Amino acid sequence: MIPRPLTITGGRLVLPHGEPSPGTIRCENGRIVALGDVAPQDGDEVVDARGALVAPGLVDLGVFAVDKPAFHFGGITRAALMPDQGPPLDHPARIRFAAQSGKPDMWVHPLAAATRGLEGRELAELALMRDAGARAVSTGRRWIGDSGVMMRLLSYCAMLDLVVVTHAEDAGIAGNAVATAGEMATRLGLPSAPAEAEALAVARDITLAEATGAQVHFRQVTTARALDLVRAAKARGIRITAGVTPAHFMLSDLELVDFRTFCRMSPPLRCDDDRKAVIAAIADGTIDVISSGHDPRGPEDKRLPFADAEPGMAGAETLLPLTLTLVRDGHIDMARAFALLAGKPASLLGVAAGKLEVGAEADIALIDPHRPWIVNSDKMAAAAGNTPFDRRPVEGRVTALFKGGTRID
Amino acid sequence: MQPSIPTPTSNAISARYPAGALAFPHRDLTGIAHLARHEILYLLDEAEQWVALNRQPQKRAEVLSGLTIINAFFENSTRTLLSFEIAGKRLGADVVNMHAATSSVKKGETLIDTAMTLNAMHADAIVIRHASSGAVRLIAEKVDCPVLNAGDGQHEHPTQALLDALTIRHALGLAPGSDLNGLKVTICGDLLHSRVARSNILCLTALGVDISVCAPPALMPSGIEAMGVRPFHDFNAALKGANVVMMLRLQQERMEGQFIPSPREYRHLYGLTLDRLAKAEPDALVMHPGPMNRGIEIDSTVADHPTRSLITRQVESGVAIRMACLEVLTRRARGVPGWADSDGFGAGGAA
Repeated sequence: MIPRPLTITGGRLVLPHGEPSPGTIRCENGRIVALGDVAPQDGDEVVDARGALVAPGLVDLGVFAVDKPAFHFGGITRAALMPDQGPPLDHPARIRFAAQSGKPDMWVHPLAAATRGLEGRELAELALMRDAGARAVSTGRRWIGDSGVMMRLLSYCAMLDLVVVTHAEDAGIAGNAVATAGEMATRLGLPSAPAEAEALAVARDITLAEATGAQVHFRQVTTARALDLVRAAKARGIRITAGVTPAHFMLSDLELVDFRTFCRMSPPLRCDDDRKAVIAAIADGTIDVISSGHDPRGPEDKRLPFADAEPGMAGAETLLPLTLTLVRDGHIDMARAFALLAGKPASLLGVAAGKLEVGAEADIALIDPHRPWIVNSDKMAAAAGNTPFDRRPVEGRVTALFKGGTRID
Repeated sequence: MQPSIPTPTSNAISARYPAGALAFPHRDLTGIAHLARHEILYLLDEAEQWVALNRQPQKRAEVLSGLTIINAFFENSTRTLLSFEIAGKRLGADVVNMHAATSSVKKGETLIDTAMTLNAMHADAIVIRHASSGAVRLIAEKVDCPVLNAGDGQHEHPTQALLDALTIRHALGLAPGSDLNGLKVTICGDLLHSRVARSNILCLTALGVDISVCAPPALMPSGIEAMGVRPFHDFNAALKGANVVMMLRLQQERMEGQFIPSPREYRHLYGLTLDRLAKAEPDALVMHPGPMNRGIEIDSTVADHPTRSLITRQVESGVAIRMACLEVLTRRARGVPGWADSDGFGAGGAA
């Protein structure tokens, strides 16, 4: 079914540059055909945005579950599915299945497992998976410890023109750690690893990216030292990008007090100086992407002793409001917020979305950026309520969402 | 011959502390971290009567008669389990031991389900040891009776710290009510994996002790100085000025290459020999939570020293401290005047 053309009037358009400005957006056949001072045509479905922000639908570069209600609540129209599934996305058939799993109102872009079983030893069938619909390659929530495997992976992906999304934690140092070494981990007696485990991994992968010409995306860079390495490498023109989730710019390891398993993350929460360094890196452009890392986990995974609990948080619903705190605090402007949430992730995945521009897919979110609400882990749209932001008042809510020019209810 | 049974709150103790439950307003004992100095001293003072009772030939008090205490040990233990069992029995309680090895835990039951099961059996107190830090607190949130931490992972072992403080106080001949202000204690060994060290650091610093800790870098927790102790790698330097030397047990599985090259190399650097003990104060006392690796972290000549070693006295204090903890924490259920719900109990929540 071809949807009726759609015109959204009365909103403020979030364009790739500049402050949001009043304007109209018109979509036809699922794509944006005109922007700015345009009028609806006969037969158009006309939506009055009533002053709301008209922004690109969020493109979430790194989720662990397909959780449509949570994505739609959070304004996410496309999500890159991590290969850490059971079984891992290391086979073309699984990629093909995952790529269809959200359509039509949610597009899932599966990330191909870099190695068979995500075990870090043998390369998976990356070209076949690419042609089955994988938009990028990922090492999953694990680090490939063998540098030889990593180098061969990167050179192969450079040839295939696939971005490699890596997890930056040196496993030899991280071991079975569930917290960052420091006073909090020491007081709680939790297995911990020094934050340098991340910088060490980032340093190696920068070196290999430079050597192979591959494009590497560090899904999460969470420490000052690793961010310095990313900043310096980018200045030298190496093709790397970096991402982060809101947990690492909102929270520090002080949250672990009382063994709160909803704060068990991978990588673990860092010290407060690192948290501030993440904000600075978002502000100065070192960090390119903010993703949710959405990983809904029920009590059977979380109501356990801290070290036995699974890592991860249900983040899709809070991705937008928590990122908007950076706008409100003056670290970034609105255009940059949506570059982090949609524009850059879309370009890394090679999809024509994530921006309001003529020709792009009409994935559009209407957003009231000041609407207050309170996060409540008992009443989440997500499959589970494991959020460390429970009871936190936030601002910013999606009021309507369009995927390919069709309204999602 | 019936021994005189001490009353739970003698006048001497009650005069020093807030009235009734305010002296110890916690339902559980999950760690030392949330205890105030006077609450620690209260438990120590309460234990004095049980030290006295335990030295009688007839050691039974019927204070907890009719109460059920479950010792749920998810990790192997002989000494602590025995100590808690004796403590409960001497107070007249019915004591049941649950070993993880023979329980449904091995069949995949979750910790929460096990906790709910124990709760449904109407235990009046549950004593828990578990290999994961924070596990005891998790159980405490799910059950309706007092929970005592008998060691959770690398987090805390509060009764060990209390018994160590009591042992020191007795060895120094200090009166009930005394803290340990000005004392210098050196704790040496595998601090990284030691819940005993964490609880002792919290307990002894609360009592005014000046603590030095000593371990090789791989076994020294990051940021330990934030807990108010001075870290050393050089044992001789750490011993300087020490009035008490506490040795920690080196776990067998950490001896071969991963953390230290070999047991004999560990002994070379960190074994407490008589020669090394001479670096401490002339009359310095020696403690060890047991079980010891004789000839590795501690030499037999030190461990068995007739005047300097407190190791067997620690075991003696252990029973008394556990009796005190069980007796104090069950006062609410037993309706001891001043400790019932209506008397303001529960002001402090879990500790």
